[in-house]
Amino acid sequence: MIEISNLSKSFGKLKVLNSVNLSCKQGECIALIGPNGCGKTTLIKSVLGMVIPSEGHIKFKDAFISKDFEYRKHIGYMPQIGRYPDNMTIGQIIEMIIEIRKPDQELDEDLLHQFKLKELFNKRMRTLSGGTTQKVSATIAFLFNPDVLILDEPTAGLDPLSSEILKEKIIEEKKKGKLILITSHLLSELDDLITQIIFMQDGSVHFHKTIEDLKSSTGEEKISKAIASILKQQIQ
Amino acid sequence: MNRIIKFIVLDILKNKIVLIYTLVLAILSWSVFSLEDNSTKGLLTLLNVILLTVPLVAIIFSTIYIYNSAEFIELLLSQPIKRSKIWWSLFLGLSISLLLSFFIGTGIPLLFYAPTDIGLMMLVVGFFINAVFVAIAFLSSISTRDKAKGIGFSIMLWLFFALLFDGLVLFLLFQLADYPIEKMMVGITAFNPIDLSRILILLHLDVSAMMGYTGAIFKDFFGTSVGIVVAFSILFLWIIIPFWISLQKFKKKDL
Repeated sequence: MIEISNLSKSFGKLKVLNSVNLSCKQGECIALIGPNGCGKTTLIKSVLGMVIPSEGHIKFKDAFISKDFEYRKHIGYMPQIGRYPDNMTIGQIIEMIIEIRKPDQELDEDLLHQFKLKELFNKRMRTLSGGTTQKVSATIAFLFNPDVLILDEPTAGLDPLSSEILKEKIIEEKKKGKLILITSHLLSELDDLITQIIFMQDGSVHFHKTIEDLKSSTGEEKISKAIASILKQQIQ
Repeated sequence: MNRIIKFIVLDILKNKIVLIYTLVLAILSWSVFSLEDNSTKGLLTLLNVILLTVPLVAIIFSTIYIYNSAEFIELLLSQPIKRSKIWWSLFLGLSISLLLSFFIGTGIPLLFYAPTDIGLMMLVVGFFINAVFVAIAFLSSISTRDKAKGIGFSIMLWLFFALLFDGLVLFLLFQLADYPIEKMMVGITAFNPIDLSRILILLHLDVSAMMGYTGAIFKDFFGTSVGIVVAFSILFLWIIIPFWISLQKFKKKDL
């Protein structure tokens, strides 16, 4: 569904992505992990067209995205730090996005109800806590029933109850056969979610494996331990 | 009108600064016309007010507004919307709302006291000047990520066009007083939209007789209908070129 070939990106002298090749298919639930500053967010933003790559191509559903924008209809994006116009209320933001997108199918308001955002509709964005802002981002990402979900650190800043709600929602969407891309540092949280792992380091893909592969090759049961043992082997 | 423009216009019209700006323009215009006994004098006074305040407010307000819309732009970019559409909507939204407040503040008294060709021309010139400085604001705010730098750059540009440029032209005139540079001066005014608008209006008022030989040359050019068309085309280019450059930069920008 998403094909990335030879993608490179530099910000000035800093090379953030170094010829990344990836292929993600429908029904997969992929964890994108790696140390801080390894280029995860830049990779995601390139897929969304927010960052223009220096080299390489990205294909979405077999079409190049460089001149296209319609493809974003099929992507729900939850940013790491949601930035919204300060003086708009939650209600206005959600209504505006609905008005701009003119969705042809029914809205998925599950999260809106479960996070009880309707009660906060008149609150201005600048008065919101980080967690509530994350809830708004999550709601918007899931609202239009997209085929692909890109979640950048979805549970960071959410309270345990809300992050459980979000996880349940992700699992539910995964069952519908959607492609889900998650970046996270909390490996223990990913255990019951994901089917594949992409590990990035210094702007390039270190490995891209299915969970079964990873577990059998390291002999570990938990993802976090499996990754740790791979990293240890590297050092030796 | 597309939804994003509608949204931006509504957002700006709610802004208190724009309301105060409209009010100040209205007070200025109404008082200028009711103080002077003939409308030509009133027009002359109003012209100077317009050519000083309108560019200033247009460029500073737009620059700050664009920087403050960074989050809004980011939000829209993750939605299925074309990049150029976002930038265009922002430009049209800003221009429309500033034009509207200019029209309410200055246009209405202008049409009320001086419903002549020259009054109408001043209104149109005001519209153009407004849009020109919104376009320049787009260029200066896309050029740097740093808000303070961008606003500073905008203020410098306004200073240059409103004050410094005239000083430079005067300096040039005195230095080259022995040469026949009058015709060249017509060309030089094209490089400053404020000067161009001022000359365009002045030459259609009776005061142009007092401007000496250069004034006569100007009158020869700007007084004709061809001259007016050329002058407005140049003003139009002053809108299109800065905005087009900013649009190209925005298409390649990383957010």
